[in-house]
Amino acid sequence: MSETDLGLWGVPLAMLAGAIRVSTPFLFVSLGECLTERSGRINLGLEGTLVFGAMAGYAIAYETGSPWLGVLAAAVCGAGFGLAHGAMCSLARVNDIAIGIALMLLGMGLAFFFGKPYVQPVAPDLPSIPFGFWSDIPQLRAALDVNALFLVGVALALAMAWMFRATRIGLVIRATGDGAEAARALGVDPVRVRTLATAAGGALAGVGGAYLSLYYPGSWNEGISSGQGLMAVALVIFARWKPVNCLWAALLFGGAGALGPALQSVGVTGGYYLFYAAPYVLTLGLLIAASSPSRALAGAPAALGFNR
Amino acid sequence: MTDAAASRALAAPSAEGALAALARRAEAVAIPLGALLAGVAAFSLFLALLGHSPAEFFALVWRGGFGTAFSWENTLSRAAPLLLAALCVALPARLGLVVIGGEGAIVLGGLAAGATAMVVGWAPGALGLPLMALAAMAVGGAWIGAVGWLRHHRGVNETIASLLMAYIAIALLNHLVEGPLRDPASLNKPSTPPLPDWLRIGEIPGVGVHWGLAFGALACVLAWVLIERTRWGFAARIAGGNVRAAQLQGLPVGALILGFTALAGAMAGLVGFFEVAAVHGAANGSLISGYGYAGILIAFLARHNPLAIIPVAVLVGGLEASGGLVQRRMDLPDATVLVLEGMVFVAILLGETLYGRFRMFRPELWGRA
Repeated sequence: MSETDLGLWGVPLAMLAGAIRVSTPFLFVSLGECLTERSGRINLGLEGTLVFGAMAGYAIAYETGSPWLGVLAAAVCGAGFGLAHGAMCSLARVNDIAIGIALMLLGMGLAFFFGKPYVQPVAPDLPSIPFGFWSDIPQLRAALDVNALFLVGVALALAMAWMFRATRIGLVIRATGDGAEAARALGVDPVRVRTLATAAGGALAGVGGAYLSLYYPGSWNEGISSGQGLMAVALVIFARWKPVNCLWAALLFGGAGALGPALQSVGVTGGYYLFYAAPYVLTLGLLIAASSPSRALAGAPAALGFNR
Repeated sequence: MTDAAASRALAAPSAEGALAALARRAEAVAIPLGALLAGVAAFSLFLALLGHSPAEFFALVWRGGFGTAFSWENTLSRAAPLLLAALCVALPARLGLVVIGGEGAIVLGGLAAGATAMVVGWAPGALGLPLMALAAMAVGGAWIGAVGWLRHHRGVNETIASLLMAYIAIALLNHLVEGPLRDPASLNKPSTPPLPDWLRIGEIPGVGVHWGLAFGALACVLAWVLIERTRWGFAARIAGGNVRAAQLQGLPVGALILGFTALAGAMAGLVGFFEVAAVHGAANGSLISGYGYAGILIAFLARHNPLAIIPVAVLVGGLEASGGLVQRRMDLPDATVLVLEGMVFVAILLGETLYGRFRMFRPELWGRA
């Protein structure tokens, strides 16, 4: 199939394609962080969890030949890191931000340590669904080649929103996020709720990592993540702790991340590095716009201490 | 109080007060050391489970980092930038701020030093070098100071903002050294023009390490004096404990935050200055070295005490200096050092939960508090 010349129309199309492709790890990590923060804890270590999940997913997919087993392994490892974070933060005077930074370092160290033998081998990719089968334009077909994991993420965002709104589990998590007293009033142990929510959040971040190594960019190396795990934390603030907003924010970030490569594909090469920085500038700008010194952040779980 | 205790208290009140103070000091030393040992033990177990000898590992770390004059030279030259990079984390920490984007101020500080050298290349070293250092400190200070300003005036989370800004800074460096500031002669590695000889910083005589080491150690001592012995340091500590209380006391919290974050950024900018003037000889991609991130580890291990940063930076410098030897002799990945650092980091943080739990460190056990 030959490339059809789309002129400048190629830019928005490539950005749409990129938005879907690049946004999936953002989506999973931010949903995970959203779940954790709703329970009243911050896990800054998700960057490390993401990298470890990328390594574990790739290694298991290579050893077993099944990318879905790789995703499962990444989720299990992520849950392990989350559980560790949750358990450590349950100790008196142990700071969740600092533990997150330490686990980020440890997670990356362990991922590079165990991942060394897997830099060369090629693992099977996750499948994608060709929604663009009806079109003759190759760029459009490529853009509509949507990975199954993205669709899982969309379903998960909707399911999580429903969970927070309409289920007992959602109520318990929200109450715990409002404060330990509210949780005890419901008859649940706040420490336990937070630890489990952190573990579940870690599992989602692990899946986000597996997407990186098993689909896009689709290989394992030490530079696999460029801060997606940390940007996802900022994204949750911008999304006001609402799962469906996390989906829109992830798509926006994905689109921003695709801006540089999209412009390059139509021949704009100047300022490549500045376009590469677009997602970070966008994140920072949105973070500044979403924050406020005087009034409490709308939608922020009270126990997070964002309003100190 | 028993009679004996009462008479002892009457007889030697000052000695008991000293003992009580000593107990508190001992706790501040014993718990981090114990946590360090626990982290090392966990790492040894990790190595042993994978079939490697922990004893061999630490013997190699000793040889590669501290065993010979050459390894000391290697260790100290790695520790030099880490001293200042750790201050970039420790100073804002006094105000309760977790700034983890020092890497951004380092690369922009280095870039500022390299760009300044393009303008003041005619000047002798005695004039040109201070100008370069000032430019690096100004840019680094503005970069991290902006994080502090955003925190105080806009309520922006400083941890996330500083890290995002580090990525932006790296993009700026890449853009400028590949474009406007590029020396056309730098073909393979885009760089600013090489510094003239008189704008290069040499080694401390007899040590074999550039002057950044001495400046870093001096900066740590001065930072300790600032925090522990001046009213600004005292005010910062109050503001770090409780912002509202500090504001009610009439303390200028906004100015303190801006001042401490700008100073922290200036320290990181100096790292970039020394990297350019003493190591690389031009500003280029080598500035993105991860010193900013290693500084986070060191500041936390030193519990944000500037004096403790000095030994911890030497320890981490030695560990990283020995990485190559460990890799070659034991056939371990280079990330092994990172695993050890991570485990010790976690152990030190977990140690926080132990303060006040041991009876022998209680001041009242040893007399008046």
